Amino acid sequence: MGVLTNAHDYRMGRLTNAHDKRMERLTGVEDLLRTAAPQVLAAVARRYGDFGAAEDAVQEALIAAARQWPDEGVPDNPAAWLIRVASRRHIETLRSEQARRRREALPPDPAPAVRGDDELTLLLLCCHPALTPPAQVALTLRAVGGLTTAEIARALLIPEKTVGQRISRAKQRIREAGARFVLPPAEEIGERLAGVRQVLYLIFNEGSTASSGTSLHRLELSGEAIRLTRQLRALLPSDGEVAGLLALMLLTDARRPARTRPDGALVPLADQDRSRWDRTAIAEGISIITDALQRFPVGSFQVQAAIAAVHDEAPTAEATDWAQILELYRLLAVLSPGPMVTLNRIVALAEVDGPLVALKALDAAEIGHYRVAAVRAHLLERSGSLDAAREEYRTAARLTLSLPERRYLEARAARLA
Amino acid sequence: MKYLILIQSNPRSLAAWEKMSDAERMAFGRDHLKLSEQMADAGVLVASEGLADPSLATWVSVRDGRTIPSDGPFAEVKEHLAGFYLIDCPALDDAIEWASRVPDARYTEVEVRPVLDMSGWEF
Repeated sequence: MGVLTNAHDYRMGRLTNAHDKRMERLTGVEDLLRTAAPQVLAAVARRYGDFGAAEDAVQEALIAAARQWPDEGVPDNPAAWLIRVASRRHIETLRSEQARRRREALPPDPAPAVRGDDELTLLLLCCHPALTPPAQVALTLRAVGGLTTAEIARALLIPEKTVGQRISRAKQRIREAGARFVLPPAEEIGERLAGVRQVLYLIFNEGSTASSGTSLHRLELSGEAIRLTRQLRALLPSDGEVAGLLALMLLTDARRPARTRPDGALVPLADQDRSRWDRTAIAEGISIITDALQRFPVGSFQVQAAIAAVHDEAPTAEATDWAQILELYRLLAVLSPGPMVTLNRIVALAEVDGPLVALKALDAAEIGHYRVAAVRAHLLERSGSLDAAREEYRTAARLTLSLPERRYLEARAARLA
Repeated sequence: MKYLILIQSNPRSLAAWEKMSDAERMAFGRDHLKLSEQMADAGVLVASEGLADPSLATWVSVRDGRTIPSDGPFAEVKEHLAGFYLIDCPALDDAIEWASRVPDARYTEVEVRPVLDMSGWEF
């Protein structure tokens, strides 16, 4: 029995080693492909003008590379290889279409090159205002993030076919909107960039809300959003809101190891084991936001990052500088008002002026949002009205759209029973 | 956000079905197929199926680790789930728009329910 087990372990070990080595090589190639993907797509789209067709051609080149490189080795200039293969594929498609229309064959084209502002143009095109947010997310993940349709489908928990359809519809809409592969005029860029930041934040939230360990092969969308925002910051080093967004993502993601228990249950900020927070990410986030607030006009992502920084800096929940957080929420309410900002301001107000003041503010605010009940329950519990708190927790548990939140609220209600 | 559009079969829907002409019944079925295609084309469809009659249902329970399948409970149920569309769209308004195109909504009504997700608010 012992011998058998050992032999089995030995074989499994060898298999695992060989598998690991190929996986290592694969991961290296994957990283390379995903870094090169936007450059390659941008070069091909700029050269041939048709974004949709270029995207198809680049996908095929990426698939060919993913198949060939792990075994045959990575070419000296991976981007040039991909551009060559994608261009050839694109020209073949054009030719077969042209043959169908009985037109002349295309003259041979010189291979397009990689250019500096390409990646920004690409990102702006993927986040085109004519597209719906889900379409912007899917297209950005594929065209800029270099993910396959299957990977995006797994990450978003929807069928691959649905993602494929979203992407092809998105490309069609871009074509119909008459968008070309050029940077928009200067007066439009500000507004378009706001859209890009929103899409990146959406991808980040999709990752931080969906990745609660139910699936091992689930792609870390929050990590992908951070990677893309880093790239955007490298392209636009003097955009304070891009810096703010990156800092916000880092400072929020740093708490992820402590945010959910292994069974997926939600751990509120006050109860989190702060020794499990990622100190490196916190240090980087704080340095980015400190620098941004000194150099650029203030914006809502910067204020949100500053709030996250105040939480992350506190060694214990009790040591949190709530007065500063309250001030920051007041500022945020001016910059980008909304029900969630008001609710968070009221939570901060309770910490500074006590739960009764906060309850009055909550009644006065007349917010129509399903999380009002959760906040009221929390404030009632803190003020000692336990029966009323229990009822509000139950109401909140019924109204939430989140499974971990429902479990958490039900547990709070049960604790007061 | 994912939403489930539920279609129930009940005495009112059966009465409506009885009153339909053959042409109307054909159109009803065709509109369901067309809607599935439109949802797929729009990139919102996750899954959609019509369910077989409840008389074909098998009820499954596990007691002391033993699986017990049965044809019951036999009590006459007036209403049962007849089919569903599971869609993924940005907000409730979009889901309502899709639900309004379900043929059954023209005769009785369909139900739109949000699906719980794994998000969580850190407070």
